[in-house]
Order: sequence, then C-alpha cells, then structure tokens
Amino acid sequence: MDKTILPYLISGVSVGGQYALIAIGYTMVYGILRLINFAHGDVFMVAGLMMVYAAAAMPLSLAIPLVIILTVLLGFTIERVAYRPLRTAPRMSVMISAIGVSYLLQNLALYITGGLNKNYPQIPWISDRVTVLGMETSRVTIITPFLTVFLVVLLVLLINHTKIGMAMRAVSLNFETSQLMGIRINSVISATFIIGTFLAAVGSMLFFTNYPGVVPTSGAMPGLKAFVAAVFGGIGSIPGAVIGAFIIGIAESLIKGLDTILIVNGTITEQIGLATFSDAFTFVLLIIILVFKPTGLFGEKTTDKV
Amino acid sequence: MRKDRPCILKTEDITMQFGGVVAVNNFSMEEYEGEIVAIIGPNGAGKTTAFNVITGVYAPTNGRVSFDGKTVIENCPRGKMKKSYLGENAGKYTHVIEPTPDRLTALGMARTFQNIRLWKSMTVFDNVLIAKHMKRSSNLFSATFGLNRAEDRQQREEADALIETVDLADVRDELSTSLPYGKQRRLEIARALATEPKLLLLDEPAAGMNPQETVELTKFIGEIRDQFHVSILLIEHHMDLVMDISERIYVLDFGSMIASGTPAEIQANEKVIDAYLGVTDDA
Amino acid sequence: MKAVRTPEENRRISWFCFFATLAFLGLVLLLDQLIKPTSPMYMLLTVLQKGSVYALAAVSMNLLNGCTGLFSLGHAGFMLIGAYTYAIFTIPSASRDTVYQYYDAAVRFSFPEVFGNAMGPAGTALGVLVAVILAGLMAAAFAYLIGLPVLRLKSDYLAIATLGFAEILRAVCQWQKLGPITNGSNLLKSFARVSKFKLVLGSTKLTLSTFVPVLIAAVSIMIIVKLINSTYGRAFKAIRDDEVAAEAMGINLARHKMISFTVSSFFAGVAGAMMAMVLSIAQASNFKSAMTYEILLMVVLGGIGSTSGSVIGSFLFVAASEWWLRGLDSGTFLGINAPNIFRNGFRLVVFSVIIMIVVLFFRQGIMGERELTDVWLNRRRARQKKKEAGK
Repeated sequence: MDKTILPYLISGVSVGGQYALIAIGYTMVYGILRLINFAHGDVFMVAGLMMVYAAAAMPLSLAIPLVIILTVLLGFTIERVAYRPLRTAPRMSVMISAIGVSYLLQNLALYITGGLNKNYPQIPWISDRVTVLGMETSRVTIITPFLTVFLVVLLVLLINHTKIGMAMRAVSLNFETSQLMGIRINSVISATFIIGTFLAAVGSMLFFTNYPGVVPTSGAMPGLKAFVAAVFGGIGSIPGAVIGAFIIGIAESLIKGLDTILIVNGTITEQIGLATFSDAFTFVLLIIILVFKPTGLFGEKTTDKV
Repeated sequence: MRKDRPCILKTEDITMQFGGVVAVNNFSMEEYEGEIVAIIGPNGAGKTTAFNVITGVYAPTNGRVSFDGKTVIENCPRGKMKKSYLGENAGKYTHVIEPTPDRLTALGMARTFQNIRLWKSMTVFDNVLIAKHMKRSSNLFSATFGLNRAEDRQQREEADALIETVDLADVRDELSTSLPYGKQRRLEIARALATEPKLLLLDEPAAGMNPQETVELTKFIGEIRDQFHVSILLIEHHMDLVMDISERIYVLDFGSMIASGTPAEIQANEKVIDAYLGVTDDA
Repeated sequence: MKAVRTPEENRRISWFCFFATLAFLGLVLLLDQLIKPTSPMYMLLTVLQKGSVYALAAVSMNLLNGCTGLFSLGHAGFMLIGAYTYAIFTIPSASRDTVYQYYDAAVRFSFPEVFGNAMGPAGTALGVLVAVILAGLMAAAFAYLIGLPVLRLKSDYLAIATLGFAEILRAVCQWQKLGPITNGSNLLKSFARVSKFKLVLGSTKLTLSTFVPVLIAAVSIMIIVKLINSTYGRAFKAIRDDEVAAEAMGINLARHKMISFTVSSFFAGVAGAMMAMVLSIAQASNFKSAMTYEILLMVVLGGIGSTSGSVIGSFLFVAASEWWLRGLDSGTFLGINAPNIFRNGFRLVVFSVIIMIVVLFFRQGIMGERELTDVWLNRRRARQKKKEAGK
C-alpha cells in the first residue's frame, strides 16, 4: 500500500514546491495591488522557453543566470507598461490588462516556436536519477521541496527584518496611507514584482526539468493552480500560499494515481478515469474555500465600512 | 411626544461590536408615527452604525428592532462572539432574525447615506425611477417584452412628480454626478421617497450646506413629513436644524445613549454639554 | 453622452432598429445564395457566421459584466454546455453509433428527426429550434446551481470561482464515465450543422447556412436589449454602480444577480449551440478559458456596457483575426513581402498588441457606454438645433 502511494506523494510534494514558487508571486502582488496577475503563469512559461533557446546558444552556466535576469526584467517591464498606467482605473480595467498581457505572451510564444513542442534542456545534476526510499526518481523531485522552503524562509526574513519588507507589509495593509507616509510606492511595487518573478523563474527551472515539454499554454494551468493555492492559503499570506501549493500539488498527484491506488486497495476493480479530475480538483478546492472561508486558511477578515 | 400614535420604530438594547470595539452599546429608542426624531452626538459616537443596524446593513451583535409593531431584526452573541462579547443583556434575546436591507425597505423603511450614494452613470430621473422597481407587479417576462406598459408609465409619472416636489425638474435629464452637492442630497431624498416609505432615515442631510440651505432644508423636511405622511429619523450635526425641527432627540456618545428628551431638555443637559465640549457647528 | 430619449424618439428608434435588422437579415439571405463555398468571397460568410456566434457571446457577457458589474469568467463553460446539449440532441439516430464509437450512446433520439418525421421540413426546423432552446436552458440550469454559492463573492473571487467552475465543467464533459452522454474525450460530430441548412420551395433551393446563425443571434440580441432597457435592466445597472444603495432602495441583490447570471448564461448556451452549428463539431477542448478571455476582450474593444459596442467589437475581432490580418500569416501583407516575419502566428501577435493598446489607451473602447442609437440621436438633435438657430 505504501509502495503504491509513495511515488505519487513524492511527486506531489515536488510539484507542490514548484507551484509554491509561482504562488508566492501571485499572493504578494494581490496583497499589495489587489490585482490577480493573470500574466504571471505565462511569465513562468516564457522563462521555460527562454531557457530552451538560451541553452542551445550558450553553456548552461551562462544560460541559467541570463534566463533569470531576463525573466525578472520581463516581470518588471510588464508592471511598468501594463499595470502602472492603470493604477487609478477601476479594478476591472487592470484585470483586463493582465488578461491582455497573458494573451499577448501566449501568442508571442506560439509565433516564436511555430507551434512546435520545445524540449527543455537537461540541467545536469538535478536531472540525474536517484533512488530514495526504495523508489527511483530524479534528483530535482527531491531537491524542490527543500529549495522551496529555503527560499521562502529567506523571503519571510526579508519581509520581516528589512526596510523594504516593512514597506511591503505597510502597503499591503493600506495603500493610500502608505503613500501619504512617504513610502515610495513605485519602488515597493517593482520590488514585489521582481521577487515574485525571480521565484517563478527558479520554479520554471525545476518544473520543466520534471515535465520537459514546453508549449505556449504550459503556464496556464500551473499559473491558475498556483493562484488557487494562494487563495486557499489566504491571499496576502506567503506561508499560506506555500502550504496551499503543497496541498494542491499532493492532492493533484494523488488523484492522478487514484485509480491505481484504489485498485490496489481493493475499493474498485477497474479504471474509472478519475485522473481527468486531477486538474478539476484544484477548482473544487477553490470553490469550497471561497464558500466556507473566503479569507483562506491563514487570511484575515476585513469589514467594509458603509 | 405623540404617544397616542402607534410606535413605528423601536430598538431594544441594540449593540454592535466589531472585534474588540463596541461601536453601539445597548441603544434603546422609540419613534412614533409622524414624529421627527433626531440622533445626535460627537463624531464617532456610533450614530451611522446605529442607522446601519436599523436598516439591516449590519446584523447587531445583540438586541432587537421592531418596525410597525413587528420584530424585524433580532440577534444574540453567537459562536466566537459568545466569549468575546463586551456588552450587556447577553441572554435577553434568543431569536435570530437577519433580514437583508431590501426586506426592510419593502416593509417601509428608506434611507439616505452620509456620503451620498447616487448611481453615478444614471440621470436624475433614472435614479428616482429605479427606486420604483421594488414596487413593480410585473415579472421578468412581462417587463422584458413590454407587456407592462401601463405600470411603466405610472411609475414614470410618479418619479416625475417626486422630482417636481424636490424642485429638480430642470435637471431631470442630467447625470446625477453633474449636480451640485445640495441638489444631490435632495435627489437622494427623492429617491428614498420613491420607495413609498413609512419611515425615512436621513443620515446627515445638511452636511456641507451653508446656513441658507440649512434653513431651506429644515422647511423641506417638515413639508415632506406632512405631504408624504412619513415619520423621520435623522442624524445631524447642524444644531439649528436639529433643535428647530426635531420633536425628540437621542444623544449618543462613545456608542452609549447619554440623554434623551425634547430639544429644550437636551440643550440644558450637563452630560450633553460635556460630550460636545469644544465641538462647534461644522461648516 | 448617453442620450436620454423622449417616448416618441424611443418608439422611432425601436422601429428603425427592427427594420434595419430585417434588412440586414435579407441581405445575409441574399449573400447566402450568391456566394458559393468555392468563391474567394466566402470568407465574408464565415466571418458573418462566426461573428454572430461571438456577437451573442459578447452581448450576453456584457449583460453580466458590463451592465450588472459581475466580473464572471465562466462564459466558455456555459457555451460548452450549450454546444454539447445542442449536438447531443441533433445527431441523427443513424449516425449515433458511428459518433459514439466507444460508448453506448445514452440519448437515442434527435429533435429535428422526431419533429421532422411528424411534421415534414417545418418540423426539422422546429427540432433545431427546440435543441437550441434546450441548449440555453441547460446552460441556465448549471448557472443557477453555480450561482447559488458563487454570486455573493467579491469581484476578484467571483472571477476566479467562475473560471474554476468552467474548468470543472470541461473536465466533467471529458470524463470517460460520462461517455455515453458526452462521448468522453472524443468530439461530437454529424449533428445539425449550417452546411445542412437549406430551404426547398418547389424547384428552388435556398441556402440558409449563414442566415440561420445570424437570425438566432439577431433575435437573441434583441431580447437582451429589451431586457436591458426594462426596469430590470436599470436595476442591474444600479447594482453595478452601487449595490449598497441598490439594496437600500429595495432591490434584492441575490435575486437580481441570479437573474442576470442565468439569463446571461442562457444566451451563452445558445451561443455555444451556434458555435457547434457553425464549426460542425463540438469539442470540449475548444472551450478553454482562453475563449472567455477573447470574448472579454471583444467586449472591452467595443466598450464595456455598450451592447452595440459588443456587437461591433466581436465582428471586428473575428474579421481581423480570421480575414483581414490573414496576410500577416502568409508572407505578404499590404504589399510588403516578408515571409520570415509574416509567418504563422504573427497575425495573433499583432492582434494582441492592438488589444493591449486599446486596453491601455482607449479604455472606453469604441463606443464607451453609448449605443449606436445614442450617437445617431445626438447627431440628429444637433442638426435640429442648428436648423432652429438658423431660422
């Protein structure tokens, strides 16, 4: 029984870590701007594509830092060009802009790749096969959760112990007052996007090592799931987003193998195609949390003044 | 006090607690049909919160509201609030009745808002006409396919009549946001009257008005009460308006009622003077 | 500015719109006969067909997002339901088993067939109509169930929740266990489609391929316009502008939001049925969230809140992406020959950039919040004023 569940569990923890790195970007941006950055998942995908082309043109030791820098630049530019001008506009306008950017990125990717599947380069060492707990998997699967937690801890330290971190916390609590108190809003927002995009770039390297096919729509589902993770954990809460992401990753993985698990278990006798629901399950989770506790597991309640 | 008339509104011990702050503490009051009653108090005393409880925007943490003789709102501390409740009379109310504001408007309560909430993309006329929607007897189908022409015409005439009454006929087709402040307030009152209320709650109707406009408003409120047979409950800071027009006054300070009575009684009340020390008529 | 109309003007405008629509339908009918599938002008008919599908989808989305202020991203899901319902109930029984290769089809009759056998060709048409209406009703039913938990959420959360539900619906439709109904992950085909729509009068055969979808769209859009102009439409706009005030003025938020949601979804279902009709296939993977985004962009292009804007926006969108910008994909555009740049996919890139420009610099879209009739009315009044002044 353990032997059946274990591979799914491990792969679930791994993909959960990758989702976590994306989810942080969503939750930080939403916490500060109240904006669902629909384009974030596509930035993640672009990072993957950039690596494909960079690795073909230069050694990996150059490609990896270059891709990270370019991705961060992309995230920063998107904020400047597509979100900042609309800061005073109604909320729907910014969300529509985010959707527009997402649409543009996907079409650009489609154009540049010519619609062909691109294969992610093999990054040595992390893509090596290793044996853990009697099970064979790739090293990246093991490393991901640890790397994720490490980065998150760094981030939480930054938020709680640096000036910029305090500024971020202030802005996410009250935008207008922070402006009045002299906080340079634009710097805080840019820093937020830079951090979020950096984490997404790292996440893309881990993710695509595991799932090497990169297509223009590669970012859509992970992005959506990462956002659900952020909502689930409590929008604005970084630990919440991370925990939410791990839960979603594990659940998704377990459901993919649910047929097999239940058969071995003896509950059912034949495949009933439950894997179709592995994606949908994320949304079921979303609906449940929105209906019963919209502020998420770790979110805080706010009352609106009439 | 017109105690010979039926009681149109009665609140019993309404308490509103947000987290650790008790915004309204055990507020009990009565209003009788045809009266003009005012609630006054320094800023932050909980007046608008009390309004919000009475009109169903907030469910009170504790207490009961009765309208036209029937209990319409009731609540008691439940769940998390049971432990953290800081008010009194926790065990007195047992039922939970939490209507949405539109239910109360249907029963005959209408209100205006402290920071004017007109529908910005609509004209003056449409703002009043929309308030007639709740009085419709047509359903979705007949309204869509124009089978309700008679009712539609009648509602339009009623809306126009109201606009005449508040003297806004010349700006009937202007966008509501293009009106000066004073006219916007009159529009809000016309809109509330369109719902054919028995009780009209006015939240700082004179806010931002100069002395001349305040005098006109004072007359206006009296006329409305007589012409439309509504009882009026108002929150106000402009003392001349309050003293001129109210028959009875309740004074709130830090959420609790510190005094109630006729204008003369209130003006002489020590506690009221203390609470207002240093507060002048705001412009 | 939105023009306020006197009842006299209102009546004139209504009649004008009615006759203009009739004239347009007549024109479409004519084009259907004149342009054959082999003609280079056939693209015009494709644009009209697809345009009417998206026009209805955009107008129904505008009702929900633009008029009621409910930012819902579930449209593709309801179109999916409509498409599948329509397809399932119009597959002729002879083709049933070929379509449902791997499953034992659960629905074994087709409305056009049943009615056609009973009443002749008029019955076939009636059957198609019944299937379309059923498609709308199914979508509305799902909308009702989804709306119950979801409509009270704040705008951002409503967007994501509806998006989520659309994805769930898509997964459910592809589930192999529901194969007998939905054909699982296989597409549905062979049902009543536009290429089969013909009218036989004696010895003449009238092609109705474009006429039918345009007719359905026109009638549906007319109904939506009447709803928006009714007292309910005004209540929706009040909810959009300030729902606290709306509630205080006696408008029950839950009920009215649900009405807007179900009506919008009903017509999304009808649009889905039309999509199946026009594409000749019904496939769940066509109805991803990308479709909802495209429809939203059409609404934005035309101007949020404006019905004529949504119609204009959707036809422009379809014409541009399917037809005018085609050259950008095939090497030569406006006389410039650059096959390395102008290759597959460039059209969509240019298009996305244009959309971004509209979103960033022309937020009001083409029409802003006005309707075509407002523009016409303002011009007419200005002319009348000039005449008066000149006298």
